Parts: sequence; C-alpha cells; structure tokens
Amino acid sequence: MSNIRFEQIEGKSLGFYTLIIGLGILILAALGSVYYVEHYGHFVTGMNNRIVWGMPHVFALFLIVAASGALNLASIYSVFNKKLYKPLSRLSGLVALSLLAGGLMVLVLDLGRIDRLIVAMTEYNFKSIFAWNIILYNGFFVVVAIYLWMMFERRMNKFSHKVGLVAFSWRLILTTGTGSIFGFLVARQAYDAVIMAPMFVIMSFSFGLASFILILMASYKWTNRPLGDIIVNRLRNLLGVFVAAVMYFVAVYHLGNLYLAENTGIENFILFDGGIYTKLFWYGQIILGGIVPIGLIYHPITKGDRSMLGLSSVLIIIGGFVQLYVIIIGGQAYPMELFPGKEVLEGYGDIAQYLVSLPEIFLGIGGIALAMIIVTFLVKFLAFLPESLEDDLADSYHKG
Amino acid sequence: MNKTLNRRDFIKIMNATTGVAIVASGITLTTFASVSEIPVTNKKRWGLLINTNKLTETDIDGMINACKQEQGWGTEIHSTASQKPAWIKKLKVKDKATNKVSSLALMCQHCEEPPCVDVCPTNASMKREDGIVLVDKHLCIGCRYCMMACPYDARSFVHETLNNQKEHMPRGKGTVEACTMCVHKVDKDETPACVESVNSEAVIFGNLYDESSQINRTLRVIQSSQIRADLNLNTGVRYSGI
Repeated sequence: MSNIRFEQIEGKSLGFYTLIIGLGILILAALGSVYYVEHYGHFVTGMNNRIVWGMPHVFALFLIVAASGALNLASIYSVFNKKLYKPLSRLSGLVALSLLAGGLMVLVLDLGRIDRLIVAMTEYNFKSIFAWNIILYNGFFVVVAIYLWMMFERRMNKFSHKVGLVAFSWRLILTTGTGSIFGFLVARQAYDAVIMAPMFVIMSFSFGLASFILILMASYKWTNRPLGDIIVNRLRNLLGVFVAAVMYFVAVYHLGNLYLAENTGIENFILFDGGIYTKLFWYGQIILGGIVPIGLIYHPITKGDRSMLGLSSVLIIIGGFVQLYVIIIGGQAYPMELFPGKEVLEGYGDIAQYLVSLPEIFLGIGGIALAMIIVTFLVKFLAFLPESLEDDLADSYHKG
Repeated sequence: MNKTLNRRDFIKIMNATTGVAIVASGITLTTFASVSEIPVTNKKRWGLLINTNKLTETDIDGMINACKQEQGWGTEIHSTASQKPAWIKKLKVKDKATNKVSSLALMCQHCEEPPCVDVCPTNASMKREDGIVLVDKHLCIGCRYCMMACPYDARSFVHETLNNQKEHMPRGKGTVEACTMCVHKVDKDETPACVESVNSEAVIFGNLYDESSQINRTLRVIQSSQIRADLNLNTGVRYSGI
C-alpha cells in the first residue's frame, strides 16, 4: 500500500496556462454580471416574484450536491475500506471542496444584499433549514480540510479512517439539509415531500461521481499519466448503479405524488402538459440524463470504451442540471393551491413565466470555473494525484 | 506626546468620549423612535376580517391604491409586471361545485405560525408579539427563502433602486417586503390604510382577542375561514363568504 506515489503536476505547459486564463475569464465574467445585477437590481434578470429562485440556484445547487457526492470516493476507501479507492481519495476531497466553493460563490453572489453577508454569518435562526445549511457548508470545508490533512500527513494517516467517517456522516447530513430546503416547503405542492432529502443524497452520488470521473480522466490525459482500466471500470459500474438509483427515486417521488389528489395538478404539469418543463423532464432528465448513460455504461459495445464513459458523465451532468431546473423552476412555475375546491380565475393561478438572462448564466458558469480553477491550481501545488493509476498498481492496492 | 497622558488618563478620556458618544446616539435614536410609549404585547392579536359577499371589486381596487399611497410601492419603473411588488392582490375565485364567483383581497395573512419566519436564516422575517409579521430591512439579505415558503404568494422582492420613499416605510433594493398591516398607523391607534379606504363592514380590522371588538364579535356569529387552513398556521386575516 505504501507504494502509491502522489505527485504534483508540472503545470508549465501552454495548455495549463490556457486553461487557467480561460477559467479566469469566466470568473471575471461572473463577477461582472454580479456587479451589473447588484448595481441595477434583479430586474435585469429573468427572476421575479413568482420565480424567486432562478438559474443561479440551479447551478449553485448542482455544484453543492455534486460536491458532497464527489467525496464518496474517499469515503469508500476510508469508511468501507475498499483499498482500490485509496489513490483517488485525495483528489476526491479536493474536488468536493472545489465544487462546494463554486456552488457557494453562486449562491452568495445572487443574494439581494451581498454586502450583508456578515449578517448571515452572525444572525442565526436555528429553526431555518437555510441557517443550518450555512453551518453545514462551512463545517464541510473544515471537516474535509482536516480529512485531507490526515491523508497528506504521514504521521496523521492513522486517523484518516475516523476523520473519514466524520466527513462521510457530515456529507450525508449536508445533502439531507440541501434536499430539505425544498422538502420542508409545506405550501408548495412540488416540494412538500420528505423523499426530497434522500433523493438529493442519491443525486449527489451520481452528479458527484460523474464530475469526478471527468476531472480524473482529463487530468490524467492532459498530464500523460497512466490511468488503467481496473479503476475506470470500477467507477463506470458505480456510476451506472447511481444513475439507476436516481431514476428509481424520481419514479417513486412522482408516483407517490400522483397518488395524492392535491398533487395531481403539479404532476400533470411536469409529466404531461407543462410545455418546456415536460420536454425537459422527459428528453433532458430521463432520456438524455438517465436512459442513454445507462445504455452507454452497460451495453456490450460501448461498455469498454473510455470516451463513452466520458460521454455518459457529460450526459449525467447535463441531465442533473435539467433535473434541478425542472425541480426548482418548474416547481415554482406551477401555482400553489391556494383554494382547494375552487378555481382561481384572476390575480393568481397562471403558470409563472421565466426567461433566463445572460447575467444569471454567466454567474452560474463562473461557479463551475471557480471550482475548476481551484482543482487546477491545487493539483499543481500539492500532491493530490497519484503518479500512476496503472492496472498492475491498482490491482496491487486492491489486493493489498 | 504629552508625558502626563499615561495609560490611566488615556482610558479615562476614552471612557468619557465613549459615554458621550453613546448618550448622543441615544438622543438621536429616541428622536426618531416610535411615538407610541405602550409596549407591544401578546395580549392583543391584530387581525382583519374580509367579507367577500360585501366586498366589491371597486373596493378591492381602492384597497390596493390606498396601500400603494400609504406605503409608497407601485411606482417602480424598470420592473416587469411579475417583478413589481404587490402587497395586496385582487383575486377572483370560482367554486367548482356552485360556480359562485367571489372577489377578494389577498395580502400577508399574518400567520400565528408564519413559515416565512421559520425559514428566514437571519431572523429578518419576524412576528411581533401582537401578531403582525414584518421584515427587518436591516437584517434581510435578500435570499428569498421566505418567498418560497409563503403559502400565500404574499411577499415581493424589490427588483430595482427606489426613489421618493415614505418616511415611515423605508424599503430597499434587494430586500423582501410585504403588507405590514400598516403597523406605523396601528401603533398610533389608527386603522390600516386599506381598511380605511373601504369604510364599510366589508373589511373589519381589530384585536381578535378583545371580546368587545367588532372583529371578535362578528367572527363569533358568522362563518369564516382561513386560506389554507389545512396548514394550521392560524392566520390573522380571516375571510367570510368563500
């Protein structure tokens, strides 16, 4: 086991600097958008009093959910003692922290009063799931940072299993908290369901692993380090199971909702006659983000193809964005049931319109760019990546 | 530096200066403080009773205009229709069985168990002891979670820079706002602007707990309802006729 050699990447190539500059430009574009929105007010965005959370929240929640999922690889080694994953554990922690940083950047920079961030840090309402999430997110940084320290520092290695268990528990609670932001909104038919919490947990497994696989494959390809099939195939199988599990939760969530008469309106809206949301649900979330990746992962022809795994991961990420779009925007677009047994003729009750604006998209992409730039920089300065993940090495970790 | 100014003197001077500063700021604060000397207690629970059988559409339009005039909203120039604030809305609802159409005014329902207060991360959404639900504009960070949680779509987010605000109702870009039940008037023993504008028994304002109040007496004899009573929020705004 001691023969894993972690090494920084050289980070002097043209490609490296191009990547850094490209990501930097995206971050600057995001900051420019934030300045624009904060200066003029949110009227320049597509958000309104009915769609109060828009595209920034789709990006933010995707990144936050994926962050906790990306930590799974480390947990599988530390908590479940699967040694094959040991070489991936440092990168797993790094990707988790980076994605969370990106997600929080987007969430925070969309606030109406960014200047009052200090208020959010000092005034806590402990009844608020949101306030709990602030604690959970900050705590995640601390716990994962300590976890990484335990992994990096040889004399601390012996604690890494225990800290890993804490980190694993923390991430489960964190995603439960994120799902509960929606699950506890009793007034809204689209959200009022406790299943939202475990569904978000399983979504995090899938989105987090898909993001991790892309980062892993890209970093090994771009640095010309060997990445063997044993690890890749293991990740592929895991990804297939996670995507299927997400689809299972989605099915249970919708079937459960259909059974309740009070929710048939929103269910019909999302599943059958919701226009763009129905299309996004079936074509984006289910087919593109679920069925196609499962097909690519398990079909004998595409199974062994690494680029197909990359494609599956991309599709899962796109499907994840679509899923969050349908949940967040679609869930708000459909009106709340204010008068059961009555029909609202005027004043409320129409489907809320939302037209996403460029500043919102720039801000969201800036969050992804921030996550990527953190990963890119830190793999240059600290030894996160094993020098090699060749099959014979992976095999020996596995047996060892 | 003057040699006589030792540490002790310095602390004395600092204390005196701080003391003056505190007293001075206190004077300034009290100058602008509420005129009411009576503390707000939970012995009272302010509420509204809206009788949809008596309330005409003109009445509702009048209520909305009175609210706009009193609180200074509705003059936003950049916001789209769905971005403009709406502290009160006019709704028309039809009973699915009888086809009876009722018009009503919908605003913050001033719940006893307000979901907006529960979800607010910074305690900006708050409920006074007398049941009036408000937003502290100094604590609101503009996260809009309260708007997600409100079952009545009663809250608005300020989407643009505002000018010519009312002195008693500071509003701010990037914060959330809603009906205050004209708390600035209520604290001076006056009635909310919307109630004044109707000037009939179609809308009654008063202390729900006071057995001699008109609202309490009326609620005891007529059938009334709360919107989304199933959520068990015990709203301060009640309706009859729907």
